Amino acid sequence: MTAASAAAAPSAADPAGLRRALARAGRRRQWRAFALTLPLLLFLLLTFLVPIAALLKRAVENPEVARALPRTVVVLADWQHADVPRPEAFAAIVADLGALSDSADAGALARRLNTEKPGARSLIMGTYRALPLEGTSAATPAAQIRDRLLALDARWGETAYWEAIAKNGSRWTPDYLLTAVDLRRDAHGAIERVDPDQRVFGGILLRTFGISALVTLCSLVLGYPLAYWLSTLPPRRANVLMIVVLVPFWTSILVRVAAWIVLLQSEGLVNHALESLHLIDKPLALLFNRTGVVISMTHILLPFMILPLYSVMTGVPPSYLRAAVSLGSTPLAAFARVYVPQTYAGVGAGALLVFILSIGYYVTPALLGGPTDQMLSYYVAQYTNVDVNWGMACALGALLLAATLVLYAIYRRVTKTELSLG
Amino acid sequence: MRNSSCLVVALAALTCLPALAQKQITVVNFGGANANAQKKAFYEPYEKTGTRVVAVEYNGEQAKIKVMVDSKNVTWDAVEVESPDVARGCDEGLFEKLDWSKIGNKADFLPAAVTDCGVGVFVWSTVMAWDGDKLKAGPRTWADFWDTKKFPGKRGLRKGARYNLEFALMADGVKPADVYKVLATKEGADRAFRKLGELKGNIQWWEAGAQPPQFLVAGDVVMTTVFNGRIDAANREGKHLQIGWVGGIYDLDYWAIPKGDPNKDAALKFIAFASTADAQAEYARNIAYGPTNKHALAKLDAKTLANLPTSPANAKDALQMNLKFWADQGEDLEKRFASWATN
Repeated sequence: MTAASAAAAPSAADPAGLRRALARAGRRRQWRAFALTLPLLLFLLLTFLVPIAALLKRAVENPEVARALPRTVVVLADWQHADVPRPEAFAAIVADLGALSDSADAGALARRLNTEKPGARSLIMGTYRALPLEGTSAATPAAQIRDRLLALDARWGETAYWEAIAKNGSRWTPDYLLTAVDLRRDAHGAIERVDPDQRVFGGILLRTFGISALVTLCSLVLGYPLAYWLSTLPPRRANVLMIVVLVPFWTSILVRVAAWIVLLQSEGLVNHALESLHLIDKPLALLFNRTGVVISMTHILLPFMILPLYSVMTGVPPSYLRAAVSLGSTPLAAFARVYVPQTYAGVGAGALLVFILSIGYYVTPALLGGPTDQMLSYYVAQYTNVDVNWGMACALGALLLAATLVLYAIYRRVTKTELSLG
Repeated sequence: MRNSSCLVVALAALTCLPALAQKQITVVNFGGANANAQKKAFYEPYEKTGTRVVAVEYNGEQAKIKVMVDSKNVTWDAVEVESPDVARGCDEGLFEKLDWSKIGNKADFLPAAVTDCGVGVFVWSTVMAWDGDKLKAGPRTWADFWDTKKFPGKRGLRKGARYNLEFALMADGVKPADVYKVLATKEGADRAFRKLGELKGNIQWWEAGAQPPQFLVAGDVVMTTVFNGRIDAANREGKHLQIGWVGGIYDLDYWAIPKGDPNKDAALKFIAFASTADAQAEYARNIAYGPTNKHALAKLDAKTLANLPTSPANAKDALQMNLKFWADQGEDLEKRFASWATN
């Protein structure tokens, strides 16, 4: 290699050789730069991309039935759903359940089928415990096994349980994702809306967006004048005030939420102050409702609005505003028609940041809100911790991720710029 | 240099851990008044036998146990678990199957306290309660509880479908014995939700067991459902809260051992100790939950007995939580409840 490069030593007489040497040097530089960023890329891969991929995989994974009932799934492949399946299916399920070495597999199967058809849990576990059926063997005719199984539990004669098995025979399922948007597959695979009394997530998704939009609006209304004022100050004073803006940003979120509980409760500082000013007669309900959630979230997310606004505003030359006024515009009209349009990039970036961070909020609504103020993350936690239905938790997580990506795409479409954070 | 000495210390600590683990066990409970009673009745006497008891509190999240079992890194030894979770966890391989010969004579226990993976710790009941200082003549039945004309004001209910649907049906005139039969049908579930809907504007939801007595004392609600032991605990602090036992729903909490626990034998020893008549009687003296060991009752005085959910007068019109029903229908009804509550 070194010999070769020495032989192809660049000279003015050999432009092709020179080009090659340049390209080689360029490649080497690229590799070196890549090697320098490699630790970061690996870190991102391990802590960010792999978990997201695992989450998305979990949201569509459906191994329970395929693993526990391989024979039954094969027999049910050509079943027409009209009537109870043929006797071979009964023989197959007895063989499958009998072959499960670990009761945990039966438990997982029972849990999965029970989400599809309530009652399947006791049916599966009851049958599993009753096996092997006395006086039967692998050689017993299927019809006889069917009769024994029906005698054991008459519910084996209902098609709904068989439908649940047939529907989940594949290792992958869209069911969790469909449930996350209040849809379901019927027995024939057609997608339909779930019954009205089972519709939950549509409303919660709307509520999540509603709260996030309100928080974004409040942050903008509070943050815009502040950022404008900061941008007009000399840099030294602006820096000092910027630290004041950032102090809450550096404080733990739990501390801030606890502080809001102290301030907002019915015997708290805010109510006391309002009462002593005779503005109200009895304490306002500020806690454990929407008001508390919005106040606290706005406070926590305000720096994410102020920082991009400030960085854009410091780049706007003040002479434009003066020019507009000297040309006869009123100061207010000049501000609205000359200044504000120049800050749209900052408004867009700030609003997008605040909105995206809001839709994933969990701790603040959980501690400061009531039951009707919980956002989508609350249900992710509920499915993870309490129901231990991780497929459903991952599907809701995927829904949040998708919402974020869609919003980002819309943002890029509308502003035709990359997200600029100054 | 400092770093490397830190490393040495850390390594030494790590290698010492298994030796320490021999002499201590981690017991997990639901906290609050219940944890205090367990400390007096179970942990402190047991520590005299030479094993340190580390008490940990949780809210019944089975996910924590599942993660420990799946990753084969079990650090909890004896865990207090609610009845639906112990049955489900046993089916799904979260808990060890118990060797009853090391715990005691099965015949000494209430039948419901003896299961494959769980040993009953105590019997508790979800009942209605009100503040005797504010309401002289309290509700007598669930129909009274639903009667907002006779008793205006808010009602505290535990957030969730379980118990509330049963109470609603009883308020609608269903006999306690028929509640689960009715609730199992589509029409019965509709009826329960319709009845619950009558109260909707008057409900204050609670989630932690400590909340309902606070609601009553603060006057936030006129009556509430509550775990009976919490009322007892509040009355020990000088309150005059009253319990209506009619139509209460009783259930058991269990000890269970997460599967693959390296400290399993020590955990079994602790559970055997906590299941003795003496320990059970001491527990009932500290909080009004019924012992699962039948011999404990003989050791209690009449005043303590009168407050227990297991005493004949209190259990007369009570209903036992139907485990099989909730194991099958729970998911569906809870989801329907979530939909009902958010709209």
